[in-house]
Amino acid sequence: MKEVFFGLVERAIAGLQGREFLLANFSGEVSDFVRFNRARVRQAMTIQQAHLTLTLIDGSRHATIKLALAADPATDALAVDTALADLRADLPSLPDDPYLLYSTTVNSSELVRAGELPRGAEAIDAIIEGARGSDLVGILASGPVFRGFANSAGQRNWHAVDCFNFEWSLYHAQDKAVKSAYAGTHWSRAEAGRRIEAARERLAYLARPAKMMAPGVCRAYLAPAAVDELLWMLNWGGVSAKAQQTKQSPIQRLVERDTHLSDRVHLRENTTEGLAPAFDAAGFVKPSAVDLIAGGRHAGSLVSPRTAREYGLDANGADDEETMQSMELGGGNLAEADAVAALDHGVYIGNLWYLNYSDRPNGRITGMTRFGTFWVEGGRIVAYPVRSIPETLEKHLGQG
Amino acid sequence: MPFDIESIGARFRRVAPAVDFCSLRVLDETSQFLCVRQDVAEPAQTSRDFGAMVTVVDGDGLGYAASSDLSDAGLSTAIARALQWARLSRGRSVFEGQAPALPAPRGSYRSAGIAASSLSLSEAFALLQRESGACRVDDQIVDWAAQLWTTHTRQLMLTADGGEALQEWRFTVPGLHVTAHHAGLTQTRSWGGRHNGFCQQGGIDVLARSGFAGAGARTADEVLRLLAAPNCPAGKFDLLLMPDQMMLQIHESIGHPLELDRILGDERNYAGTSFVTLDMFGTYQYGSPLLNVTFDPTREFEFANFAFDDDGAQARREYLIRNGTLVRPLGGLVSQQRARRANAAIDGVATARASSWNRPPIDRMSNLNVEPGTTSFADMVASIENGLLMSTNTSWSIDDSRNKFQFGCEWGQRIRDGKLAEVVRNPNYRGISATFWRSLSMVGDPATVEVLGTPFCGKGEPNQIVRVGHASPACTFTGVDVFGAER
Repeated sequence: MKEVFFGLVERAIAGLQGREFLLANFSGEVSDFVRFNRARVRQAMTIQQAHLTLTLIDGSRHATIKLALAADPATDALAVDTALADLRADLPSLPDDPYLLYSTTVNSSELVRAGELPRGAEAIDAIIEGARGSDLVGILASGPVFRGFANSAGQRNWHAVDCFNFEWSLYHAQDKAVKSAYAGTHWSRAEAGRRIEAARERLAYLARPAKMMAPGVCRAYLAPAAVDELLWMLNWGGVSAKAQQTKQSPIQRLVERDTHLSDRVHLRENTTEGLAPAFDAAGFVKPSAVDLIAGGRHAGSLVSPRTAREYGLDANGADDEETMQSMELGGGNLAEADAVAALDHGVYIGNLWYLNYSDRPNGRITGMTRFGTFWVEGGRIVAYPVRSIPETLEKHLGQG
Repeated sequence: MPFDIESIGARFRRVAPAVDFCSLRVLDETSQFLCVRQDVAEPAQTSRDFGAMVTVVDGDGLGYAASSDLSDAGLSTAIARALQWARLSRGRSVFEGQAPALPAPRGSYRSAGIAASSLSLSEAFALLQRESGACRVDDQIVDWAAQLWTTHTRQLMLTADGGEALQEWRFTVPGLHVTAHHAGLTQTRSWGGRHNGFCQQGGIDVLARSGFAGAGARTADEVLRLLAAPNCPAGKFDLLLMPDQMMLQIHESIGHPLELDRILGDERNYAGTSFVTLDMFGTYQYGSPLLNVTFDPTREFEFANFAFDDDGAQARREYLIRNGTLVRPLGGLVSQQRARRANAAIDGVATARASSWNRPPIDRMSNLNVEPGTTSFADMVASIENGLLMSTNTSWSIDDSRNKFQFGCEWGQRIRDGKLAEVVRNPNYRGISATFWRSLSMVGDPATVEVLGTPFCGKGEPNQIVRVGHASPACTFTGVDVFGAER
């Protein structure tokens, strides 16, 4: 796909006129997806697709078009020529954009991570045999993903990663389930089997009696998957500089120093350790990391090029939505194996579900517990609790 | 348009394999998104997408392959891959020895507005500039934007055994929101919902029907009223839900629980399951006798109108809930065939849909409507002694069985002694699907109905976002647990 992308870019650049400038972004995949229900195959498929996004800039006017690519050179060349002509025709109808910002400093890069991906028949066998009659439901996704950037200043960036993600639930009954995942770049049938077996062992906890919890305050342990759900809510305008500038962030009080979280909270966008490309759609290279919350205090925001120009800030590689793509919450010193004992008495929350803001300015979130949530007494799991959890970010991550 | 209707059928059938069933669903779609934020035009974004999905049934094996390479070689490669998946899943599929039977559709569909003229780029931006400019009426207004999203989609479904169905749609989605801030308090008011509610099939005619002209000034006035309003009180109240909140209530607590693939367990790893079980159809009292819910792919202008679903089944209007009793699920042909092994009496509707060419069909809700009743809006208000009116969804959360829920609205208004009273901010309410609909006490007459929808119904692994429509009257519910926000 790399040759297809850069070949089309060269063609497009050769067709530029006058002072025109071109940004080109590429995304592609060849993905296999196998869905399972009750340890049988529900849907199995291969998706091959590639899209090219061209932005034509003339002074302060610009327009963008996203094209599906056919992988047929003649068809794609015609599509690019037509798209450029259409963009050129549209520019006179568009007003000047005072917030246009794009990189003209050339920062080329290439990252290729090859892996060993699961093969269809072997992977289906591994999963069905691993389930051994358990009620397994989930999806195996695998394949290479491609991202690219180029501009008419000569910058070329390419990012190609082989990856897989097997995400599944083993069900005990009704809505009681253990959810697990196995993701990476090198598939091992033995490791997949080991993880399914580990999930099956945890199923026994779900046979414990249910405990109906009355509303109130209690100690809680949030497993990493639950914390992940909670923190991704910050992608709904939380860490966005634009949302903060327009007073719409759910952590506005944190930003304005009206409150702070526990000093153990350190949140950052960690591009270096993530799977997302290290370049943005305007050609800027992302910093290796951006601190967002440090020691419980607001430390930074994600700033897109457009927001940077509008509010006089420094862009830091954020996309237009200013969302985290490689979120990292700093760890502490509690080993996961010690979590139940450390909780002692309270609710062990394995995951959260359908979170939403019920009071955005105060960061109040509502949602439900889901998957492997237990009532703990005396440092041991004793029951399976059910209740809703209207809470705030500040309460979960706040002082103490 | 990148595919030739005349030639692709012949090219597909030349390379289609000798299996129980093979189809090709080709789609091309052009869309444009325009936005003016704080009176500044944002970059115009156009998308031209196309590709095809091959479906192969071989015994009880079902395989799919999607590609945007529509050349002879590309079609052959996709067909070979789909066949490979069908054979790999044979004997190990959820169909357990019974091959899914899929139809050979014949016919066509053209949505409202297909032949209508379009706004030019400069005309569209001028319209958005007018509405944006009208929002800036007070220094407390800190953000605002007006948007217009238009889409033209064409889909051709071919089967190896001669089926051919061409469907063509135009969709128009205008939107607008205004945010105001004062002394640590922020309120947002949107026109049609922050996540788009005035979604209909059609072209420029949608703008007139939705009342977009003048929306900026009205919305700005309303957000300032919200900013000055007291917090919503907590307690048990009679609740009058307007259509733009009914839409969300229908979607989350009728639509999703009635999806047959959820009931069969397909979605338990992601979107969730359902409190509804196969044995409930035909007997279960879902709501009060006033509740009538239809699957209606024929309602004029509604967002998810079509003649055939993406498995090729012919679509027609059906009752899902009649006089409060659950009648049938939202299940396409494949799910119906699976469900009949457990309950032979299960019927369904033509609602297996894919988000685009690059996803296989799954059960969706399409157009899901509450049928109007006989009570006028004035009579509904007059009948409430101590209650609340809520409008325009802003927050939604519901458990994975689609039962316990908590929803929030942008706009609340007290009803006292049969009269609309003061505005309140941050109105929320909670309930349980299985009992909430039984508290339905009045259903608005046709004058209260609005034809709405959303482009953002998400479900499935891999994820699929589809357009759905919801037409609803205003409705009242008794004794609902209401609360506001508190610091």
